[in-house]
Amino acid sequence: MTASIAHGAVEVGTELPAQSFPVTRATLVQYAGASGDFNPIHWNEKFAREVGLPDVIAHGMFTMAEAIRVVTDWAGDPGAVVEYGVRFTKPVVVPNDGTGALIEVSGKVAAVLDDNLVRVDLLAMSEGKKVLGMARAVVRLA
Amino acid sequence: MALDQSFVGRTYPPTPAYEVGREKIREFAEAVGDTNPAYTDPEAAKALGYPDVIAPPTFVFSITYRAAGQVVQDPQLGLDYSRVVHGDQKFAYVRPVRAGDRLTVTSTIEAIKTMAGNDIVDIRGEVHDESGEHVVTAFTKLVARAAEEA
Repeated sequence: MTASIAHGAVEVGTELPAQSFPVTRATLVQYAGASGDFNPIHWNEKFAREVGLPDVIAHGMFTMAEAIRVVTDWAGDPGAVVEYGVRFTKPVVVPNDGTGALIEVSGKVAAVLDDNLVRVDLLAMSEGKKVLGMARAVVRLA
Repeated sequence: MALDQSFVGRTYPPTPAYEVGREKIREFAEAVGDTNPAYTDPEAAKALGYPDVIAPPTFVFSITYRAAGQVVQDPQLGLDYSRVVHGDQKFAYVRPVRAGDRLTVTSTIEAIKTMAGNDIVDIRGEVHDESGEHVVTAFTKLVARAAEEA
């Protein structure tokens, strides 16, 4: 465990560098293969519309995987994450227009805990909508 | 239709071991566009104190979700799988998953609720390695949406 950020260097309100993550249909096909989640709502527009969705949507777990990168890139050591949870509030709609969608993630330190731990609260937005709720990670700093 | 509360606390048999491979971790890291070398370069992972490459934090879900399928597809429970969506997901890590791990998952139904016609099932998946060491716990909330009026 060798996070590159010192516990003493952060305080409540410390902002982590925000990042934007593009997602296209090709991204979703690749993620489906890597994760084993082949639910057609993530690649088949006809199927997605038939079950009442506006279009193909990104896997919630894909969005969850992107959001934590704000924490792991900041901390340096991805294994320093000791807890991570989210609520899937709104889908990330991915149009078939060659551009796709953008997931914009910011985070800030919400609590400084004992044992070199901090809690980071994440905000993940797409098309102006909050796509994750209660997105929180606890990470062990140096 | 409300699900049977007597299923709360039910634990399913551990899954067969899933062997975590370096290339599977690489494939996952590439799929989420994450270039952290700890996922692909054993030397970089060793520099952080790990014996081999580690997996991104959400990688383990593909293993725990498959295990949760035991619950979802339990004919006695009778969850309508075609209406299931993923509500919440949380992980509590003892250590990161790493290449060479042989992981088994033991799933337990933690809670069953019915709200506004939606069936909500909380599943806890305890992940252990081959030596019996606890690696991570996955908390998965599944929501079977109420059937629409015909």
